[in-house]
Amino acid sequence: MKARVTVTLKNGVLDPQGKAIEGALGALGFAGVGSVRQGKVFDIEVESTDAAKAKTELEAMAAKLLANTVIENYRVEIVD
Amino acid sequence: MKSAVVVFPGSNRERDMVAAIEKITGHRPVTVWHGDHDLPKVDLIVIPGGFSYGDYLRSGAIAAREPIMGAIAREAERGVAVLGVCNGFQILCEAGLLPGVLMRNAGLKFICKEVELRVETTASQFTKGYAKGAVIRSPVAHGDGNYRTDDETLARLKGEDRVAFRYVANPNGSVDDIAGILSEKRNILGMMPHPENLIEPLNGGTDGRPLFEAALSAVA
Repeated sequence: MKARVTVTLKNGVLDPQGKAIEGALGALGFAGVGSVRQGKVFDIEVESTDAAKAKTELEAMAAKLLANTVIENYRVEIVD
Repeated sequence: MKSAVVVFPGSNRERDMVAAIEKITGHRPVTVWHGDHDLPKVDLIVIPGGFSYGDYLRSGAIAAREPIMGAIAREAERGVAVLGVCNGFQILCEAGLLPGVLMRNAGLKFICKEVELRVETTASQFTKGYAKGAVIRSPVAHGDGNYRTDDETLARLKGEDRVAFRYVANPNGSVDDIAGILSEKRNILGMMPHPENLIEPLNGGTDGRPLFEAALSAVA
């Protein structure tokens, strides 16, 4: 089973990398970019065939390692 | 006085730390490998600087979940002094032994230079050798030194006199100019600057020495 964990910065947390990317997009001539926030995507293959169980397991992985919940939120999706 | 320096794959300041402690105490610290589950009985545990696990995922994130960290948490709970410098500070935050997180420097550049720090509290075994408000010199060398925490935790840190050092001129965007903080029980200090690199005149100064002298004498 394939899953995707998306980790994003919480609202209000300063994202200097996102800001730099935002500036670079502007410099490339892309007008109308309001703001950029950088995050991370983890594509994970799990052996389980039970989607609910796999999701619980992936939530635990995200909370324990993939995200730092002081500054980041995470979202788990079962892809197929 | 016994001390231990914990080494992870990618640590690179452990030799400086060992040399500094040996120079000051005359006793060579034990070096402990990250995969160990137990620590020898020591009075001071140091997590040195470097790039543990190449800063993969987040600085300190993977090291913070290694077997040795359980042992460090247990010793800290018993009141043993724990010092985390630079990557060591990042690891302590990721392990939840100190609050907050170290994010990418606000200016996005790796900063390697000498800065000035203000000693904000002398109420700890690490800082009691300084005068309150004293300005000391210390090198910094980091890309992720931008200390962040929520407003509530920040208020607590300030209210409980747990800000150990502040930057005189903030180099990395840290909230409230914070350079180093203490744990609730005040026996864990995490700081981005490197006091171990200013301990004898040959280093160009000795401003880091009182920190080690105090930490090491507290338990002698």
